[in-house]
Amino acid sequence: MNVTLKVWRQKNRNDAGRFVTYEVKDISPDASFLEMLDVLNVDLVKKGEEPIAFDHDCREGICGSCGIVINGRAHGPGRGIATCELRMRVFRDGDMIVAEPWRAKAFPVIKDLVVDRTGLDRIMVAGGYISAKTGGVPDANAIPIPKPIAEEAMDAAACIGCGACVAACPNSSAMLFVAAKISHLALLPQGKVEATTRVQRMVEQMDKEGFGNCSNNYACEAECPKEISVLHIARLNREFIKAKVL
Amino acid sequence: MTLDSKIPAGPIEKKWDTHRFNLKLVNPANKRKYTIIVVGTGLAGASAAASFGELGYNVLAFSYHESPRRAHSIAAQGGINAPKNYANDGDSIYRLFYDTVKGGDYRAREANVYRLAQVSNNIIDQCVAQGVPFARDYAGYLDNRSFGGAQVSRTFYARGQTGQQLLLGAYSALCRQIDVGSVKFFPRREMLDVVLVDGQARGIVARNLVTGEIESYAAHAVVLATGGYGNVFYLSTNAKASNATAIWRAYKRGAAFGNPCFTQIHPTCIPQSGDYQSKLTLMSESLRNDGRIWVPKQKGDKRKPEDIPESERDYYLERLYPSFGNLVPRDVASRRAKEMCDNGYGVGPTGLAVYLDFSDAIKRLGRMVIEEKYGNLFDMYHEITGEDPYKTPMRIYPAVHYTMGGLWVDYNLMSTIPGLYVIGEANFSDHGANRLGASALMQGLADGYFIIPYTIGDYLATTKFKAVAEDAAEFRGVREELSAMIKKLMSINGKKSVEEFHRQLGKIMWDNVGMARTRESLKKALEEIPKLREEFWNNVKVVGESNDLNADLERAGRVADFLELGELMARDALHREESCGGHFRVEYQTEDGEAKRDDEQFCYVAAWEYAGRDKEPVLNKEPLTFEYVKPSQRSYK
Repeated sequence: MNVTLKVWRQKNRNDAGRFVTYEVKDISPDASFLEMLDVLNVDLVKKGEEPIAFDHDCREGICGSCGIVINGRAHGPGRGIATCELRMRVFRDGDMIVAEPWRAKAFPVIKDLVVDRTGLDRIMVAGGYISAKTGGVPDANAIPIPKPIAEEAMDAAACIGCGACVAACPNSSAMLFVAAKISHLALLPQGKVEATTRVQRMVEQMDKEGFGNCSNNYACEAECPKEISVLHIARLNREFIKAKVL
Repeated sequence: MTLDSKIPAGPIEKKWDTHRFNLKLVNPANKRKYTIIVVGTGLAGASAAASFGELGYNVLAFSYHESPRRAHSIAAQGGINAPKNYANDGDSIYRLFYDTVKGGDYRAREANVYRLAQVSNNIIDQCVAQGVPFARDYAGYLDNRSFGGAQVSRTFYARGQTGQQLLLGAYSALCRQIDVGSVKFFPRREMLDVVLVDGQARGIVARNLVTGEIESYAAHAVVLATGGYGNVFYLSTNAKASNATAIWRAYKRGAAFGNPCFTQIHPTCIPQSGDYQSKLTLMSESLRNDGRIWVPKQKGDKRKPEDIPESERDYYLERLYPSFGNLVPRDVASRRAKEMCDNGYGVGPTGLAVYLDFSDAIKRLGRMVIEEKYGNLFDMYHEITGEDPYKTPMRIYPAVHYTMGGLWVDYNLMSTIPGLYVIGEANFSDHGANRLGASALMQGLADGYFIIPYTIGDYLATTKFKAVAEDAAEFRGVREELSAMIKKLMSINGKKSVEEFHRQLGKIMWDNVGMARTRESLKKALEEIPKLREEFWNNVKVVGESNDLNADLERAGRVADFLELGELMARDALHREESCGGHFRVEYQTEDGEAKRDDEQFCYVAAWEYAGRDKEPVLNKEPLTFEYVKPSQRSYK
């Protein structure tokens, strides 16, 4: 199949950036979107042009590296997939496809489709952990956890930290990302000890990074490659209020 | 070069305890005076860096990713082994030790493997304390499943995302240390060389991938946790960025490379579908708990799998290995799948696939149970192939997955360069010639949490260090060499892309140094790889600038190293005139097609020593002795 690709090209953080149009020919419908970019990039290199920079690594939807806004949607059409899992068969022959980086104040563009998401790491550093030192912990089965609780914690822990929730949100809010970690740890008995300080510090860091607030838009849930529920945001709010009031 | 494995004396179950007591300690107040560099922040690197930080060392951690959470450990699906015996099915430390030595086809060090089995129980405790949401039963206790090469259920798992959850656990421990300031994390930095001062590893030179700057970092010891080199085959289940550069450059500075030819081909991957393909996707081994592998009994049977009646299917693993059935080790399962396809029984459009069928399990357990156990894997398969594995069997084929070989290390995990440690997949130590499923996560975390934090202290406490700064002549020299190499890569301006060279190398490797190796194929590889390397250095085209984010340049450096490493792998495979585990030499097989070891001649670790450019590397041998698990023909029948 053939497609026309309109891609955001931006040399570096200071460059204004612009869309550039490329014709991509003879792509197999079974190829992934990123493989289509690979093919285009080899052509560009051979012509002496700089290939399109994009983050990617595992190419099976788990490392969270990739993230492209495709036709206006974070990770493109389809539900529950990361960009690397998107196959060309969802497009039609002759389609025009628009590819842009995550757009958010807290995610400055580094180059083309690559953005700086280290803000998410700084939120994690501000308490996204349980302070269990190596060694000196009880036997694993000493802490029984009801299966439904463990399952719900796992649902939240499945977050891959890609930032699609931020890219999809009209406020560029990172609430779903933060909520996933808060919820995962707050559900488990091991995480309850530090729950109060954790939620306050992580929310504070989230604000400091320039992420917006949540206005219950739910675009985050719709675009999350791991389909993490906004109910975790409710738990984040509850934990936050508990920490502030109690 | 002398190889001293430093294995402690005494009975195997006492070795580690005795050794730990004999290791010298660094006074708590003195620990902050020592700087340790950790390169790579996957399971091994993140757990080591976090544990060093907790102990009070000053830690500098480096990753070419933007965040430690992107490391390829995250993609491990199935689980992690520990002989907790929660299932009450007769498991023990000794049994895990036995299974691992046997699974590795008697090419691993007994003492290392025993220690691995010992500390593996602590890992599960540690991870649960960190909040890793392992699967649980209805009583709230931890659940287990089975993996290949074992007859007990000792694998702990978090759905099909165990690697992710363990890495996020280690990452959170690392975040905590970054928070308190004991660890400084450097994102988007690629280590390009290790710097030796008076023969000791005293730092690294890295490229800042965003600005292109060549940066120097000094320390008292350097730990490489940079993963495996399966991407030398181009198509593998490894992440796209996974590479050998850190260990390869360390090899060229004097670290011996152990058993480079030991490569694991994983039996259950989604088959290749076209030339555009950039990587292969693994379907977890855990699927073999419930999936049954079969091919049609009739060659070239093109009927849909649903239309082939039970009596016309050959469940060949169950037929050939009645006691282990579908759960034979990976090397055996892979080889048998290849054999079936080579003999014309393969299925799918290319004939290079076998079926992995869940219909019996769905009938027996119901779709809900299968969904809960493997939901995300089934979704992934569906997404990639467009077929629904709940309705029709999966098609699978072996693919390169893991490298058991790596830098040679002693019992303390130190390479042949003093002060240079190697942990996780990057070292050669624990898996012999074949790694059992759910053992990679175990080894990465054992090395990082529970072994290196002890052994590195002994080195720091007993070594005299002179003051070394980043502007020392040794650092300057290395920086200049690297700048010259980058300049050279950028200036060739040939006609072929890095990608094309990599694919070409991958094809040479897969065809000649892949699942079935012969003397002829290996000799052919030894002719073709140097030719391709020569062409690379005269005809590669690298575009863009060196002082900028430049993925093309990054890849060029990595492929340049693969072009050298591939040759060493072929050389190692050629010299090892036996079959063992994942190293299958067609000339050496038993009558029923199993790997035929030659313990008289090859019961050793091949540790290759760099001898200089265009010179043949020197082979050093570390003999392996088996006091506890006596080598025998592995039998899974």
